[in-house]
Amino acid sequence: MSAGTGNIVAPLPFPTAARRELADGQLRANLRRATHTIRDKRLRVVDEVPDWEALRRSGAAIKDDVLARLPELLEQFEAAATAAGATVHWARNSAEACAVVTELVRRTGSTEVVKVKSMVTQEIGLNEALAEAGIAAVETDLAELIVQLADDTPSHILVPAIHYNRRQIRDIFASRMPGVDLDALTDDPPALADAARRHLRAKFLSARVAISGANFAVAETGTLAVVESEGNGRMCLTLPETLISVVGVEKLLPTFRDLEVFLQLLPRSSTGERMNPYTSLWTGVTPGDGPATLHIVLVDNGRTRTLADPVGRQALRCIRCSACLNVCPVYERVGGHAYGSVYPGPIGAILSPQMTGPDSGANRTLPYASTLCGACFDACPVRIDIPEVLVHLRQRGVDALRGRPSAERTAMRALSWAMRDRRRYAAALRAARRGAAPLRLVTGSRGQVRRLPWPLSAWTASRDAPLPAKETFRDWWAGRDRTSGGRSGDDRA
Amino acid sequence: MRIALFVTCVNDLVYPGTGRAVVRILERLGHTVEFPVEQSCCGQMHANSGYRAEALPLVRGFVDTFGRYDAVVAPSGSCVAMVRESYPRLAAPDPGLAAAVADLAPRVHELSELLVDVLGVTDVGAAFPHRVTYHPTCHGLRMLRLGDRPLRLLRAVRGLDLVTLPGAEECCGFGGTFAVKNADVSAAMLADKCAAVRDTGAAYVAAADNSCLAHIGGGLSRRTGTEPETPRAIHYAEILEHT
Repeated sequence: MSAGTGNIVAPLPFPTAARRELADGQLRANLRRATHTIRDKRLRVVDEVPDWEALRRSGAAIKDDVLARLPELLEQFEAAATAAGATVHWARNSAEACAVVTELVRRTGSTEVVKVKSMVTQEIGLNEALAEAGIAAVETDLAELIVQLADDTPSHILVPAIHYNRRQIRDIFASRMPGVDLDALTDDPPALADAARRHLRAKFLSARVAISGANFAVAETGTLAVVESEGNGRMCLTLPETLISVVGVEKLLPTFRDLEVFLQLLPRSSTGERMNPYTSLWTGVTPGDGPATLHIVLVDNGRTRTLADPVGRQALRCIRCSACLNVCPVYERVGGHAYGSVYPGPIGAILSPQMTGPDSGANRTLPYASTLCGACFDACPVRIDIPEVLVHLRQRGVDALRGRPSAERTAMRALSWAMRDRRRYAAALRAARRGAAPLRLVTGSRGQVRRLPWPLSAWTASRDAPLPAKETFRDWWAGRDRTSGGRSGDDRA
Repeated sequence: MRIALFVTCVNDLVYPGTGRAVVRILERLGHTVEFPVEQSCCGQMHANSGYRAEALPLVRGFVDTFGRYDAVVAPSGSCVAMVRESYPRLAAPDPGLAAAVADLAPRVHELSELLVDVLGVTDVGAAFPHRVTYHPTCHGLRMLRLGDRPLRLLRAVRGLDLVTLPGAEECCGFGGTFAVKNADVSAAMLADKCAAVRDTGAAYVAAADNSCLAHIGGGLSRRTGTEPETPRAIHYAEILEHT
C-alpha cells in the first residue's frame, strides 16, 4: 500500500493558507455568489425526487459493495475491457501513472493531446509530466481551459474556475488566448463561450490523442462512462485515433444496471440538473466508430491505503459531485486553494490526508478545517459521514503523537481528570470562577471581556468573551436545596 | 416521571441562568426536576478534538449518573447530540458500556424535545414582549433534527415578535476548538452571521446552545459596541422562563 503522491499534498497548514485566501475580498464575493447559486439549484432538484433518501442509500450500498470486493471487481473489469479491445495498465502512484501515460502518448508521435476534464489527471499532475516530455495537454472543459490559460490551479471539483467572475475571465482570455478576437470579446457569457469554442474547435479537429478520466467503470462489461455538460468530452472521446482513460480504482460499479442509481444521483448533486447534457459510454473499441486504440490506466495512488481504514474508507464512495463543497461554510469563505490539494472542501479534508498517509505534513491540519456543522453529510449523495471521518482522523492524529509532549494533550488530560470526579470538578469550577474574578474589573456593560492572553487571544481577537458567573449552577442548586424554596437573582457580572 | 437536569459544564460555570430557567419552566408545568450533583461534562470537546481516551471516562460518568432517570433534559443541542449520536460510536469497543449507552441515549432530550415530544406542551405560559430571531445551531438542526420545535415554543410566547433569520441554517463558525484553531475562518463566518442577525432588527438572537451564543453574542458586542440597539444573545430557555 504505497502512499498517494502528486497534487494532493498541502504545502501550507490550512489556517495559514486560509488566512491568505480570506484577505481576498473579490474571491469571497465570487465564491459566495457561485456556491449559493449551485446550492439553491441542487436543493430544488433534490427536493422533487420522492425517493432521494432511498437513492442515497442505494448509492452508498453499491459503493460499499465495490470497496468490499475491489480486487475481484478490478480483475473482472480488466478482463471485460481487454476482451472488448482495450489495453489495461496499472499504476501504484502518480509517478507510475504519469510515466505510463507519457510513454503511451510518445509512442503515437503526437506532441499535443486534448483532455476531457478529469480529477485524477489533476491529482497525478499529468499535464506537468506531459509538458516535461514536450507534450502539450489542452484542457477542453471551459472552466479547466480558463484555469489552464491563467496558469492557475483548479479551486473546485466541478467548477475549477469558481474563484473567477466573468470580468476576470474576460481579462484572462484577452491576454492569454492565442488569436482571440478582441473586438468580439466582452464579459458576456455567450461571448466568452464563443471565444472558447473557436479556440477549442481547431484543437478537436487536429488532435490525434485524447486523455480522459471516467466517472464510472463497469466491472461487468468493461464500460467507462463520462458525464459532462459542454460536449467537449464527447468530441475528445470520439474524434481522436487514440484514447487514454485514466481511472481511479474506486470508480468501479459492479454492473451496468448500477448506473441507473448513479446517473440520478450525480447530476442533481453536482450541477443541480435533472440530467447532464452529455453522457458518454464506451466499451473497448468499435471498428469504424470512435478511437481505434483505447488504453485504460487504473490508478491506486493511496486508495488502497484509504481502504484499509474501516471508518475512513467511506471516503472512497465519493463520486466527485462537489455538493459538499457548495454547502460548506468553510469552503465558501476560503475557496479551494486553501486546502492545497486538487480535492478541496469537506471531501478533500478527509480524502487528501488519508491518501497521502500520516506523514504528509500540512495535510494533518485538514481534518481540523471544519466546524463539524454536518451540512456536507446531509448533501452527500452517497452518504459519506464526513464529520464522523473528520473526528476519526483527528483521533488518529492524536493517537499517532501519543507520548510526545503537547500543551493541548496536557490540558485535555487535566480537564478529563478534573471532570471525572464530583469534588475535583466542583473545585475546578470554583477555581475557574475565582481565577476570572480580576477580569470583572475590565468588563464591558454586558459583562464581557475584550482581550484575553494567549491562547484565548485567538478568541478575543474578533469576539468578546463571557466570564464565569458569580455563582455556578450547582452552587445555586445547593443553596436552593437548603432553603427548599429556591431563590433567584442575577448572578451576571 | 423522574426528570434529571443535565445542565452541561459550560452552563454550570458560565450560564447558570439557563439551567435555572429549565428548572423553573418545568416546575411551573408541575414537574419535579432533580439535579444529580455527580454530573460534569459530556466529553464532547475531548471526543471531537480526537481525545477518545480522555472522553471515555466522561461517557462512563454520564451513564452512571443518569442511567436511573426516566428522562434527562439538557439545554444544549450539541451536548445531547454528543450523547445520542457520538456515545454509541465511542462506547462500541466496550460491550457493557455500549449496552448502557443504547439503553440511556433515547431518554436524553434537548429541552424542546422534552417539552414538545415527551410532555406534549408548546405553550409554557411565557411572556416576552420583544423582537426575537432564532438561529438553529448545527447539531440541533442536523444531528438531533429539532426541526421547528423551538420555534413552536417561541411562537406560543405572549408578546414575542419572531422574525426569520436569513441564512439561518448556516453555521455561525463556532465549532468548538475550531474557533481558536481556525480563528480567521471562524471570524469570517461569524461576521456574516452577525450581519444577518443585525439586519433582522431583532433585540435578541436566540438559540439552543450557549457556546454558539457566546460566539455570536461576543461578535455582536465587539462589532457594534454595546449600544442598546445591538442584539443580545439569549438561550431560548431564558425566554420561555419569562412571564
